[in-house]
This record gives sequence, C-alpha cells and structure tokens, in this order.
Amino acid sequence: MALTQTVPAEPWQRDILAAFTEARMAQIAYVPDAGLSGLIDLCEAEDALETTVLTTEEEGIGLLAGAWLGGQRGALLMQGSGIGNCINTLGLARVCRFPLLIVATMRGEWHEFNPWQVPMARAAQPALEAMGCIVHRAEDAGGVGALIASSATMAFEGGLQIAVLIPQRLIGRKDW
Amino acid sequence: MASKPLDRRAVVGQILAERGPALVISGLGSPTWDVAAAGDDARNFHLWGAMGSALPMGLGLALAQPAVAVLVITGDGEMLMGLGSLATTGVKAPKNLTVVVLDNERYGETGMQPSHSGLGVDLVEIARGCGFAWSMAVGDETGLAELCAKAFANDGCGFAGIKIAAEPLPRTLPSHDGVFLKHRFRAAVLDNGRENQ
Repeated sequence: MALTQTVPAEPWQRDILAAFTEARMAQIAYVPDAGLSGLIDLCEAEDALETTVLTTEEEGIGLLAGAWLGGQRGALLMQGSGIGNCINTLGLARVCRFPLLIVATMRGEWHEFNPWQVPMARAAQPALEAMGCIVHRAEDAGGVGALIASSATMAFEGGLQIAVLIPQRLIGRKDW
Repeated sequence: MASKPLDRRAVVGQILAERGPALVISGLGSPTWDVAAAGDDARNFHLWGAMGSALPMGLGLALAQPAVAVLVITGDGEMLMGLGSLATTGVKAPKNLTVVVLDNERYGETGMQPSHSGLGVDLVEIARGCGFAWSMAVGDETGLAELCAKAFANDGCGFAGIKIAAEPLPRTLPSHDGVFLKHRFRAAVLDNGRENQ
C-alpha cells in the first residue's frame, strides 16, 4: 500500500533474518514497530516464514506455543512497550517450558522526547526477569546476529524463554 | 420458542465423538473440565491459565499443521479476554481451524458473575466481522448437528457460539502438568516427537 512507509533493512536486521533461517524458524508473530519494519519486511518476503500480525503482543506467546505443539519454531517481534502486555501470558511459556524467543526494539531510552514511553522502557527488563525470562541487551549492531543465534539455541534446544532487547541507541533516535 | 438450553458436557461429548485425528486446545476453567470429561486423549492440550490464549494457541497450531483439523473449545469469558485474537485469526483464516465457544453468559470459575455475552455482546457477529469463513449461533440439537458436520471438514476457518445452560457440574480434572501435556501432545502429533521440519 502506498501509505505504508518502507524502510530499507539495516545490516543488523539482515543478520537477524539469517539467524532465524539458520535456526529453522517457521513462524514470525509481530506487532508493527518502526524500529523493526525493515526486519518485518524481510520476514514477509521469506517463503519459509509464515508471518502473523497480532492485535496485541501477548497473542504471540500463545501462538508460538501452538506452533511448537505442531512442530514449528517461531519468534515474537515487538516494540519494548509490548512487554508489559505479555506479563501474565509469559506464565504459559514458563510453566510449560515452551521455547520462547522475543525480539523487542526499545523506545523510551536514547534521546526519547516522549515521556509516556519511559516507564515501560524502565520496567521491561525487570518485568521479563520476574516472569522467568532470560534477558539479553544487544551492545552493538555488529553483535546482534550472533546474539539472536545464541538465544535461539538456548530457547529451542533448552526450552528456555529468552528476550533480546535492541536498545534505542542502536536503532537511532526517532525523528518526527 | 426458546428450547431447553444445551448441556455443555453432552455438547462437547457429541462434538468430540466426531473428531477423528483432530487436535484440540481447551480454554481454562470449565471447557478444560468438559474436554477432559469426554475422555483423555494425547492430542488434547488443556489450558489451566493464560486466559485469552486458547485461540492464539489454536491459530499457531493450525498454521503449523495445515492438513489436520484443529478445534479450540473455550468459554465466553476466555474468548472475551482474547477478543483481539479473533481479528488476528480472521486475517490468517486457516481452513483447518474451528473455534467453539461454550457460552453460558457467565464467568463460571469466579462465581458465575454475568459476562458481556449476556449483556448484549454477540460473539458470533464479532467473529463474522473479523472475517471468519463461517460463524454460527447454536442453540439446539439441529444446530449442533450442523456444527458437527462442519467442524472437522477443513474447508474454512469457522466459529460457533453455543448457548449452554449455566449450571455447576462436577469438575473432571486432566493433568495440570503443562510440560507433560506438551511432550505427550508432540509425541502423538509429530514423527517420534521430533520437529517436523
């Protein structure tokens, strides 16, 4: 659609797609975010990936649990603010030891002009950890692909719940 | 015109008698007890929590196993908490997915308080508006027989809202060990329990 903004994929986003492919992902669930749009476009163009757009992030926890029951691996992409929407449902992954890989792009941090984004940004990591997730914060763009690959191994081989946070500083400030 | 409300255990038993190889996700509370009462089956996954997650789980499963019928059996309160998942499912509309809502217009597990479905909200119309291929209100044996014929046909993403009697029934409890239910389900569905990719 003409109204949809298309953003060229960043190298770190291509690295994430490569890590998804290497990890034999089949389903990608997401709520759109500007910081992820290049990666989402890459995933939608990939024949091996079934993409599902969600109305709210917690749907992705159930959807990926169902995918796993059916023999498929998947990942959940969201803006960091969506982590708050997932808290109770993370218990499903935790108690059943469903593998879970969340990739969240952060707002509310670097040069953030909108204070409404800040409380959930501050609470994202502690909330995830309180629900039993292992949280990794990407340090630099060049290391994102390896971090996703490592997290996929731990999630799908180990039955763990892992969230990778992509800091706003790495994505760049939001311009209006 | 109003016939006697349908009995939830009889309804679920009648539907599942036709299941064949279908995969079943049951929503927390009474629908999980109803599915358990119809007989234990490795191809059932019973939710005991994560309210609102029954349909998202069924969607992910239906996309992963497109050749097998997937049935989500849940209640009106559970469906209302995951109302957005009707929109998500309508967009994907896997042909092998059917959603059955056992609608007693009550929050049964918390003391039978009235839910929105008895206060003017029509889940069948919402599902239709979300793009489900078919969506039907079931209130009697004729409608139930029609649903049984459609539920496992794999020819369109469907929704059925079944008005049932609001009555307390003895609980039939399946295992609440989610890890056990998960491994048992995958062993039954996948080749040697391994990923099918």
